[in-house]
Amino acid sequence: MRFRSIAAACAAAALPLSLSACSLTQSNNTDDASGGGPITVSSTDSACDVSSTTTPSGNLVFQVKNSGTKVTEFYLYGADGLRIVGEIENIGPGLTRPLVVSAGPGKYFTACKPGMIGQGIRAAFTVTNSGKSTVIKGVTKASINRATAQYAAYVKDQSNQLLDATRAFVTAYESGDQAKARELYPLGRQHYERIEPVAESFGDLDPKLDLREADVEAGAKWTGWHRVEKDLWPPATGYHVLNAAGRAKVGGQLLTDTIDLDKRVQTTKYSVDQIGNGSKGLLDEVATSKITGEEDIWSHTDLYDFQANIDGARVAYEDLKPLLDVKDKALSSQIGERFTTLQTLLNKYKVGDTGFVFYDKVTEAQRKELSDAVNALSEPLAQMTGAITL
Amino acid sequence: MTDFPESEPEHTTPGAFSRRRLLGVAGVGAIAAVGVGAIDVARRADKDLQNPPVTVVADASFHGEHQAGIITPAQDRLHFAAFDITTDSRAELIALLKAWTDAAVEMTEGVPVGGDETPLPYDSPPADSGEALGLPASKLTLTFGFGPTMFEKDGKDRFDLLSKKPKALRELPHFASDNLDPAKSNGDLCIQACADDPQVAVHAIRNLARIGFGTVAMRWAQLGFGRTSSTSTAQSTPRNLLGFKDGTANLKSEHGADIKEFVWVQPGVDPAADWLAHGSFLVCRRINMQIEPWDRTSLREQENLIGRDRAHGAPLSGGKEFTEPNFTIAGTDGPLIGLDAHIRLAHPDFNNGTKMLRRGYNFTDGSDALGRLDAGLFFIAYVSDPDTHYIPMQSKLSAKDGLMEYLEHTGSGIFAVPPGIAKGEYVGQSLFT
Repeated sequence: MRFRSIAAACAAAALPLSLSACSLTQSNNTDDASGGGPITVSSTDSACDVSSTTTPSGNLVFQVKNSGTKVTEFYLYGADGLRIVGEIENIGPGLTRPLVVSAGPGKYFTACKPGMIGQGIRAAFTVTNSGKSTVIKGVTKASINRATAQYAAYVKDQSNQLLDATRAFVTAYESGDQAKARELYPLGRQHYERIEPVAESFGDLDPKLDLREADVEAGAKWTGWHRVEKDLWPPATGYHVLNAAGRAKVGGQLLTDTIDLDKRVQTTKYSVDQIGNGSKGLLDEVATSKITGEEDIWSHTDLYDFQANIDGARVAYEDLKPLLDVKDKALSSQIGERFTTLQTLLNKYKVGDTGFVFYDKVTEAQRKELSDAVNALSEPLAQMTGAITL
Repeated sequence: MTDFPESEPEHTTPGAFSRRRLLGVAGVGAIAAVGVGAIDVARRADKDLQNPPVTVVADASFHGEHQAGIITPAQDRLHFAAFDITTDSRAELIALLKAWTDAAVEMTEGVPVGGDETPLPYDSPPADSGEALGLPASKLTLTFGFGPTMFEKDGKDRFDLLSKKPKALRELPHFASDNLDPAKSNGDLCIQACADDPQVAVHAIRNLARIGFGTVAMRWAQLGFGRTSSTSTAQSTPRNLLGFKDGTANLKSEHGADIKEFVWVQPGVDPAADWLAHGSFLVCRRINMQIEPWDRTSLREQENLIGRDRAHGAPLSGGKEFTEPNFTIAGTDGPLIGLDAHIRLAHPDFNNGTKMLRRGYNFTDGSDALGRLDAGLFFIAYVSDPDTHYIPMQSKLSAKDGLMEYLEHTGSGIFAVPPGIAKGEYVGQSLFT
């Protein structure tokens, strides 16, 4: 569920110059597949045995086995020996990894890099004309850059709003204005929940800001939104409400960590696979904690978080949609429809323009209905990254 | 404990009806052995098929230096039960342990509870519930454990046992991300029933629970439908519900020195609780898996979280399943086995050399109210010292393991597992004498 990059095979994905390494701009329609079948590659410490030196154009599948003793990589270079058409990295000794790459007719070079250094053990490779086109229109480097830039702008905007909302919330909370703080709590959190995978990617910040009490290790310090939540909706027994000094400490820490987050997102860049996986990760968040009511156990404002997670996932999808529409139109349409279905269902629980009913008022049957809609969306959404980056 | 018979031969008696004897007729019996010797059962069974024996006995003896069901090759099915003691009488508790011992000996030998009595009294309920009649013993083992609350509850001594309570027998601490259900945790007593046939395992727990009515009450129970560990090098490595081979690096019964150090409580380590010498500690954790999100996770992410490839179980640093992982070998973006990979955090190299004998099972209890599979791993480990062999490792895993995003611990228990007994003794006798 983390915001991991698929760096292992597509380390260059974030760098515009090598985007072709992930075939972002190529078709992954299996109808275009080459008739040549998989090409096996055996990489040893001193040799790079490719089962065939020529194959028809289309989607090429290399099964790369590391038969040596060092970690290896396999590359397909263009005719100039510089342009990376496809690459697969980090193959441990004895392991086999697939590389799928779409290639048109022409001259290429294969290369194994045992030890991951140097020019590699190279050999000429020819792709003959199968008559099938591998060039697709609509996905360009410019369109990829547009998608990633839009998402980065969204994250910065949400982070900015989060900071403002957190300031207002902390002010109300520290001053002891419980009613105001309770009103601002779910609204402020929404900005965080929309970009949660980004916060998670910083490792240390998400636990500081958003850890639930049940997740806290024995003896560890508990800070963040849910710490304040418990103090605002204190349990009837076994809990002492914080005094002004205590509130200042907890509130101050929340603000400090939010400022830290805002600082970090100003320079963070996102690759297509990170955006896609982040979208899927937000749905996982809904499925595992919001839908069960485990997220906001004191305030029961889970549906605000639910909506925010869906918002963040939908924005990620919409930013990637121009790419996905080209690569897999049917999948893109299905995701779009299911977002609509889920949102329609969620709208039934809206109160006013920005509010939601408290989750303890949502029945088991209604929760099940929401859960089913989340699952229906999650399945195709989980296919999005692979469909775009294959 | 002076009598540890190497085997318990018995002649088949054609015509007499017992599961043990049916076993003999079928020619799949095996020579029972004690302790480590019991692991030979599976292989001997194969040999026996080629040379049908004239004498047969049950699969695994209930008697021995250690209780069966620990280093015994892990059977395919589990029924685990935890009980609360409802009596205040020490004598009644001892009487129950004696009755359980008798029944356990019978059932592990494939004999109905109450013996092969024929005809059965027609106007009384049968002593044995009957569903295992005609089935082989199916390598049934029954392993008994004592929870902390058998010795002390709410600060009060129970059954005059507090002075003998092992120091390490304490409720486990709250680990990060624990979401324990009290209705699926702890207990005064536990019984682990393992067999290759689920009907045999369930039959055993059912009948032992029945014997216990009035003295103990069932607190919770867990069925496991498939083993996730190998406890013998003769067994292949099974898969857990994440789809990965589990327990590749498990302690195996053949690792004699490690078994002695990490599984069996040695005499003298806790003088007040020396009754536990040659016993062990059982730690169980009901670990729910977020099955649906996991299934939507890319194979790349799955393998990185585990640190092994899914197809063969080879560590990502290379080699084959049983190749020792290399945690320093680097790829382009850090070590090939990531810093939060499960096999790194659980490896002895990063846990002061600690090893565990795991004996877990895949479980599913149907689906929850949201239509999600209520499924995961019922983790069982046998350790000689939970304070050094389990708690530090789990603290680390709960806090740092990337896999925890997909896991939730929902049940927990710790039990002191008394040593094995000789014929004529009852389980746990060393504690009460």
